[in-house]
Amino acid sequence: MTPTPGLQGDNVALTSDPRHSGSGVGASPSDFLLSLRGISKSFGAVQAMTNVDLDIPEGQVTALIGDNGAGKSTLIKAISGIWAPSSGTMYWRGNEVHIHTPRAASELGIATVYQDLALCDNLDIVQNMFLGMEDTKFGLLDEITMELATVQTLKDLAVSTVKSVRQRVESLSGGQRQAVAVARAVMRESKLVILDEPTAALGVSQTAQVLALIKRLASRGISVLVISHNLSDVFAVADRIAVMYLGSIVSSGPIANYDTTSAVEIITTGASHHAASSASIK
Amino acid sequence: MSAPYLDELSHDEHALAGKNEFRQMLAGFRQGDSGLIPVLLGLAALVLYFYIRNHVFLTAGNITNLFIQATIFVLLGMAEIWVLLLGEIDLSIGFVAAIGAAVATILVDQNFHWPWFVAFLLALIATTGIGLLSGLLVVFLKLPSFIVTLAGYLGWQGVLIYMVDKENSGGTVPVQEKVLYNLVYGNLSPLGTWLFIGLLILLGSVFMLRSYRNRRSSGLVYRSIYFTIAKIVAMVVAGVWLAIVLNTDRSTFSVIHGMPFAIPIDVAIVLGGTFILTKTKAGRYLYAIGGNREAARRAGINVNFYRLMAFCLAGFTAGVAGLLYSSWLGGISDAIPGGTYVLYAVAAAVIGGTSLVGGRGKMVHAVIGGLVIAVIYNGMALLSVSVAVEYIVIAIVLIAAVTVDSVARRGNTAR
Ligand SMILES: Nc1ncnc2c1ncn2[C@@H]1O[C@H](COP(=O)(O)OP(=O)(O)OP(=O)(O)O)[C@@H](O)[C@H]1O
Ligand SMILES: [Mg+2]
Repeated sequence: MTPTPGLQGDNVALTSDPRHSGSGVGASPSDFLLSLRGISKSFGAVQAMTNVDLDIPEGQVTALIGDNGAGKSTLIKAISGIWAPSSGTMYWRGNEVHIHTPRAASELGIATVYQDLALCDNLDIVQNMFLGMEDTKFGLLDEITMELATVQTLKDLAVSTVKSVRQRVESLSGGQRQAVAVARAVMRESKLVILDEPTAALGVSQTAQVLALIKRLASRGISVLVISHNLSDVFAVADRIAVMYLGSIVSSGPIANYDTTSAVEIITTGASHHAASSASIK
Repeated sequence: MSAPYLDELSHDEHALAGKNEFRQMLAGFRQGDSGLIPVLLGLAALVLYFYIRNHVFLTAGNITNLFIQATIFVLLGMAEIWVLLLGEIDLSIGFVAAIGAAVATILVDQNFHWPWFVAFLLALIATTGIGLLSGLLVVFLKLPSFIVTLAGYLGWQGVLIYMVDKENSGGTVPVQEKVLYNLVYGNLSPLGTWLFIGLLILLGSVFMLRSYRNRRSSGLVYRSIYFTIAKIVAMVVAGVWLAIVLNTDRSTFSVIHGMPFAIPIDVAIVLGGTFILTKTKAGRYLYAIGGNREAARRAGINVNFYRLMAFCLAGFTAGVAGLLYSSWLGGISDAIPGGTYVLYAVAAAVIGGTSLVGGRGKMVHAVIGGLVIAVIYNGMALLSVSVAVEYIVIAIVLIAAVTVDSVARRGNTAR
């Protein structure tokens, strides 16, 4: 995809593809799977997020980009129930929700792969994949079912380099661990999968696999929110872009409104000096 | 490369995988998975050494005695493992056990005459409650367990002295009640011993064969049937030997034979603990929390609840150890070496292969580590070596065990 800098505002459809119809000024949260309004988060004196508005449509890939320390991880941790925002409102399909615990997030259908991979090194792949949502039979762990499902999921994702699903995660390479973490998020029937830099540790072919996987998720109707520093990855998979700068979303819209140059500019300066795309900046 | 575990592998290929069992075992060994083998070899070496030095060591009477001593180390080791799995430690369990012993012994003695089951129940409730208290301080006030239980070590020792002195018995309360006395000194009949051991072997075999069949029929990689058969044969041999030893008359005056009740009690606690750790979500979560508490939290696990549970289970298990301890000593004294016992408990767990940093450990570690300590304790006494030498030997065994463990685990992490 070679997008041209957007000529129109966020609220104007650029192409006839309905998936590219954007949100915009006055967009209603009920049009989206998840909408954030005015989310802020401070850690003591550090204001990590200020007044974040973000809309995540159903079945699309939204890329969240921004410089180191812009607050991307802080934002997705708020969506995932790791910490409650200091202020602001979240809407799930138009209804106000309070996601204060990881369990609340997963009950809504949000599955997250964290940048600091949340895996237990001392447990094996199967145990990690099912952690917190184990299959049971008569109240006891059903290892066979879980192992079969793990093997199947890894096969679906074309992860073929692990020797045994019963090996401990500590013995895996960085890419294999990433694959396990992604597989874990995919395996539950999620409505929104959040990936924080899923390809950061991966080699070329594994990166391609993860990107293909992201597209496959979207084509199954699952929304994906992906954080990445790699703009070519972003332009390869994303339907929409949201740029974070110093704790705020400074620009968002369909991918067609951006190109690499304008994206880099917004990431680094918080604004684009391309007159052409300025309309998409809040 | 196609992953070898995928289910489209033909049965021939499965059988082929079976031929690589030995190599897999070696790989597992290097990963620290088959960690029991070195410590079992060490245990065998110790037994051989004491037998050569003094043949009395392997008489039926002494072996039974050794098992009884081991039951207490094993129980305290298991109590410690509950918290070690979380990466915490409990320094108070020696005196917590003593409190349990004191509650039970005092309530059944001549002043109170309470029925034994009420006394035992209250003793276990007391020790579980103490575990809960430590847990609450650690979990909700976020205090380090080392300090909380160090305070417990001192505080509960004080409470123990107070309780025992209150009885006005000059620092000891003797066991006069039959059931408490019989926990250690009562025996199953020889037939009962055979039945108990036979039942365990039967249950174990059925369980292993079933899990073999389930794995095989579900198309997953399975270990060769000979592994299962070898384990069953080993169980049968050990069981028959144990039954013969325990059923040998070990008294010079009258006839005493059969399995002391302490052993089935111990076995029940070991099996119960193993069941929780391997078959239930609670057990899985204890490992997860010990391995990566934040990951467990993000997986939606109620971390605080399970941490409290571990401290309660430690208190409960220590209470059971206390009951056996009082029975074994014939009473409870205010001079109990609760400090030494805690250290033996940690040592038993670590010698068996449990990690101090959390996430790694099994109940069977306490069994093997407890046996090692009992063998040294018992063997040294037979050789009439001084306590000084005994301590030094246990110290060396402890260091040897963790060294083997850490060497075996080196090269385990790929990153
Ligand atoms: N637990 C915390 N306590 C205090 N400050 C925090 C905490 N977590 C994040 N911050 C601060 O919030 C800001 C945003 O951090 P965040 O991790 O969200 O950045 P990011 O956009 O994910 O960066 P990167 O691309 O490097 O992952 C940073 O200034 C960081 O120091
Ligand atoms: Mg980040």
